[in-house]
Amino acid sequence: MTEQRYRHLETAENPRDLRRVAIDPVTRVEGHGKVTLLLDEMGRVHQARLHIVEFRGFEKFIQGRPYWEVPVLVQRLCGICPVSHLLAGAKAVDCLVGVETLPPAAEKLRRLLHYGQVLQSHALHFFHLASPDLLFGFDSEAEKRNVLELLRCGRFRDIALEGIKLRKFGQEVIRAVIGKRIHGTGPIPGGMNKHLDAADRDRLAPQLDEVLRWARNGLELVRSLYLANADYHHRFAVIRSHFMALVTGDGGHELYDGRIRVRGDDGRILFDGLCDRDYTGYIHEQVKAWSYMKFPYLAALGPEEGWYRVGPLARINTCDFIDTPEAEAARREFLRLDGGLPVQASLAYHWARMIEILHCAEKIRDLLADPDLYAGDLETRGSRCHEGVGVIEAPRGVLIHHYRIDDDGLVTKANLIVSTTHNNTAMNEAIRQVAAEYLDGCELTEALLNRIEIAIRAYDPCLSCATHAIGKMPLVVDLVTAEGETVQRLVRHGDGAVAAA
Amino acid sequence: MKTLILGYGNPGRGDDGLGPELVARLEKHPVTAVTLLAALQLQPEHVFDLADHDRVLLVDAGLETPAPFTWDRLHPARDPGVFTHTLSPRALLAIYREALHREPPVTWLVTIRGERFGLGESLSEAARRHLARALESVTAWLADARTVPG
Repeated sequence: MTEQRYRHLETAENPRDLRRVAIDPVTRVEGHGKVTLLLDEMGRVHQARLHIVEFRGFEKFIQGRPYWEVPVLVQRLCGICPVSHLLAGAKAVDCLVGVETLPPAAEKLRRLLHYGQVLQSHALHFFHLASPDLLFGFDSEAEKRNVLELLRCGRFRDIALEGIKLRKFGQEVIRAVIGKRIHGTGPIPGGMNKHLDAADRDRLAPQLDEVLRWARNGLELVRSLYLANADYHHRFAVIRSHFMALVTGDGGHELYDGRIRVRGDDGRILFDGLCDRDYTGYIHEQVKAWSYMKFPYLAALGPEEGWYRVGPLARINTCDFIDTPEAEAARREFLRLDGGLPVQASLAYHWARMIEILHCAEKIRDLLADPDLYAGDLETRGSRCHEGVGVIEAPRGVLIHHYRIDDDGLVTKANLIVSTTHNNTAMNEAIRQVAAEYLDGCELTEALLNRIEIAIRAYDPCLSCATHAIGKMPLVVDLVTAEGETVQRLVRHGDGAVAAA
Repeated sequence: MKTLILGYGNPGRGDDGLGPELVARLEKHPVTAVTLLAALQLQPEHVFDLADHDRVLLVDAGLETPAPFTWDRLHPARDPGVFTHTLSPRALLAIYREALHREPPVTWLVTIRGERFGLGESLSEAARRHLARALESVTAWLADARTVPG
């Protein structure tokens, strides 16, 4: 059953008599989100919600622009995952120009680009943002839970350094494929604009032994951390859901191009071989008055039963195999956690993420040795049409770009469903679980509130607006009455310490 | 003297793109021993870009910065920037010191006043004026390593 066991905490029956606690913003996630809790005088939780500011105005931003500009334009949506939008946009444009299959050189170059970005994105999330909670502990001092303290700590210094170096390597792969400019220009309609330079291969390939070693170290770290406290991890933020991901034609793990598969919480394959371009037929979105972000669900199952998760955990749970040996061995061990059934723990996202880092390193190693990257046709052509859909597995999960154009090639309609939106119901259910099981009836402390953030952070949500102008980083937790009166304010200072203000 | 100029910000967000735009303008007249780099956001791996330079100039946009721009000498510090995907310049220097076990290069931050940061907007007229003034100042700084910015 994918019943939202904690759904009763979505909306309180009598909010007027309750006090409100806000975690605003949620830290160590990309972009701005907030959590609100409604509690009674005994500290019992009656409502828990995650609110997210979604991309606003995107359609207006892209409408009226020529379709061939889309891959460059969409990179500007997000400062953290521009390559994801580049690739999804490029696939949609391929569709618009009637190209079904890219020349081998072009597809492999895009895959190399994608593996580089998934590797660097996962490395940033785990080592920089999530690992301090796991290494120092959920109850550690707030000011310690950051990458700087990891570097200062003798036990964790090498781990943090390897994370930064993994990230650097991924960025170098990206630069090798699309150049050093802030907005990459590699993908073009129906292909790519250049091969990989042999000099880049000669610079990148010798690093791979170390990169693979760092990836193995990261995987072993998260595996051992998880298993060292397995009972806790099997309870904390555990929810039961279906999982959606792209897979290859024979059911393999896939990041760039494939068919949609949905595996149920009981391990059965519910839907398979769905064409990603037909997504409107099987994904519907529910609107709720209290959130800017929609709640996608499987149309055939309805909103109550049809919600699902995407991202690294979904991909590992959904595929039948991974086509690189070390990552496949890691996947098999991972699935033993729940006796072969899909792993449901939110914190297992971190483990799945590290399996994928290893997979990406293996794929980059293999691709750099592939002669197709250095010669052969780069572009193919077809007959232009008026509608194009591009779907990839972004680091955070299924990313959908959908465009319509007019006879002049100008975009008349754009629609995106980003990975974080797919996970909206799951993240809300996860924080309701944590609120009910760990906060209910307790005196709220920073450490307890951090548990809410840890649950959200596991999904690596990208709430990005990418604007980072100085003076726009509020770090305040307010305790507000139902009437809106602020009765307590906590401020997170520059050193991470939280104090009353 | 090896110099790195790193402009960061999102050109798709109006005046947020001032840092990369300043770098783009400098690229039209390359100077020996000056490395030019643009990025959407500061990230931990940028410590490796800073390494092997004698001095560093970071260029950002600021909504509340006194117009047309400010120069600030930066020192490593742990601030809220270590808690986010987007590092603050001072947090980047702090990570540099801890990661590489040495003091970072002499680092300055030029913050150019911006006015609007909406998705899809172009540079505002005021931002263009501020950018021109900042470019003059940075060019003078490059020409004379002894120049005291201000």
